[in-house]
Amino acid sequence: MTRPLPQPDPATSPYWNAARQHRLLLPKCTHCTRVHFYPKAICPYCSADTFDWSEASGRGTIYSFTIVKRAPSPAFEAQLPYVVAIVALDEGPCLMSNIISCDPDAVHVGDPVKVGFLDITDEDTLPVFELLKTSK
Amino acid sequence: MRRRAAIVGIGESRVGRVPGRSSLQLQADAASAALADAGLRLADVDALMTTPLRVERWNMPAGVVAHHFGIRPAYLSTVDLAGASGVAMISQAVQAVEAGLCDVVLCVVGQNLLSHRSRADAVKSMAEGGSAHPQFEVPYGPLVPSLYALIAQRHMHEFGTTEEQLAEVAVAMRFHASLNPNAHKTDPITVDDVLTSRPVSTPLRVLDCAIVSDGAAAVVVTTHDRAKDLKCDPVYLLGQGLGLRHSHVGEHKDLTTTGAVDSGAAAFRSAGLTPSDIDVAQIYDCFTITVIVELEDLGFCKKGEGGSFVENGRIRLGGALPVTTHGGLLSGGHPGLPGGFFHVTEGVRQLRRTAGARQVPNAEVALVHGNGGVASVHATLILGRNSH
Repeated sequence: MTRPLPQPDPATSPYWNAARQHRLLLPKCTHCTRVHFYPKAICPYCSADTFDWSEASGRGTIYSFTIVKRAPSPAFEAQLPYVVAIVALDEGPCLMSNIISCDPDAVHVGDPVKVGFLDITDEDTLPVFELLKTSK
Repeated sequence: MRRRAAIVGIGESRVGRVPGRSSLQLQADAASAALADAGLRLADVDALMTTPLRVERWNMPAGVVAHHFGIRPAYLSTVDLAGASGVAMISQAVQAVEAGLCDVVLCVVGQNLLSHRSRADAVKSMAEGGSAHPQFEVPYGPLVPSLYALIAQRHMHEFGTTEEQLAEVAVAMRFHASLNPNAHKTDPITVDDVLTSRPVSTPLRVLDCAIVSDGAAAVVVTTHDRAKDLKCDPVYLLGQGLGLRHSHVGEHKDLTTTGAVDSGAAAFRSAGLTPSDIDVAQIYDCFTITVIVELEDLGFCKKGEGGSFVENGRIRLGGALPVTTHGGLLSGGHPGLPGGFFHVTEGVRQLRRTAGARQVPNAEVALVHGNGGVASVHATLILGRNSH
């Protein structure tokens, strides 16, 4: 049983297509040049409506996190316990992701992280994050 | 002279596990109780407001319910601001009456969320039901409690809020529910019980989370002139406000401050009152952290001090600010969108002095606050016994 997967739409398919190539892209306003996330039809900073896509460094810090102890559906049961976090990217925007490849108890607010890519199927790749420092 | 609206009737179905009643039957139970309370009949009703259900899909929900009850409406509206729907609906009902669009509004909401399928099914459908962004959040596996846990964790990081302080909220709500004959969960609990309850999504445990219930509530709003001829004590809307600062929690950059800052400020400004004027605060409590953040954002304490504010019984009946005196979503009952409506019915009871063992002595002014999404959309009412 696979987890629920993103269903890209015309506004988000560049993001998911790039993820499949293991690149993290953010929408960048062609008017004010600021990046934002999640993708909007209207720039949250200047209300313009045209965007390019800009590659992010993939570096950020953990703004907040939670260790999930009960699965929302059977698809997630095998992964328990797992970390759901909000990552503040160095470029400014935040996003939700998993912190993987670590003891969940080693995760703290403020920890630096870097992006990785989890290929779920041939068609679906999720950006995920790993702790930059090794835990004690 | 300007038309003035008043709340003249409240009603609830049985709340808790209520097998064998459909959503519409539960709504009919609540509507009949509210109309009887007001001394009105269905034939007097010319407007209906409701919410969508989560357990069934209805095309035009307000039309479905109005027709089911045999109402020939002059005004219909389906309100969906998630958990803030109940509070926002009262504002809109008052506006509709004061604008002269209708004379008697029946606001009715309810569903059999617990008995419709199963609690596990309710948890799954909520996790994938829109609180988490379908593309950017759901694939990472958050429960609805996880989304609020992210707020709690950040609040603890910034302000030193403790799990014991979160637990105090759950204990107060259970105490209030134990005094409410229509509450779902009434066995008293302690802080230790909360701290040793099953972990769900750190730092939240199962007793930090709202329950899942069946139930319905209804409120009748009409004109001040008509209220004078009715048998009940009318309650008046003194102020109202709405606020929204984010929709999905993963993209928000200040998780510990919410749109309740804006809804509360607008409500107090329009009422010409301040937090110190509030005798009882019916604050939305989907999770323990929600109450702490809302107390801060509504101005009952400073940002970061919500944890210490809820200690030592301050938000319990008999404390300095009794909060959510029916037991709330944490213990009183939570049938989904209708959950926030019980905060309204209890606020009205408190002002009419009919809350029985839960009565706040001499309650004159009540604040009712609803929160929808993930601390996203906020609606605040200030209700009074006198029309000012």
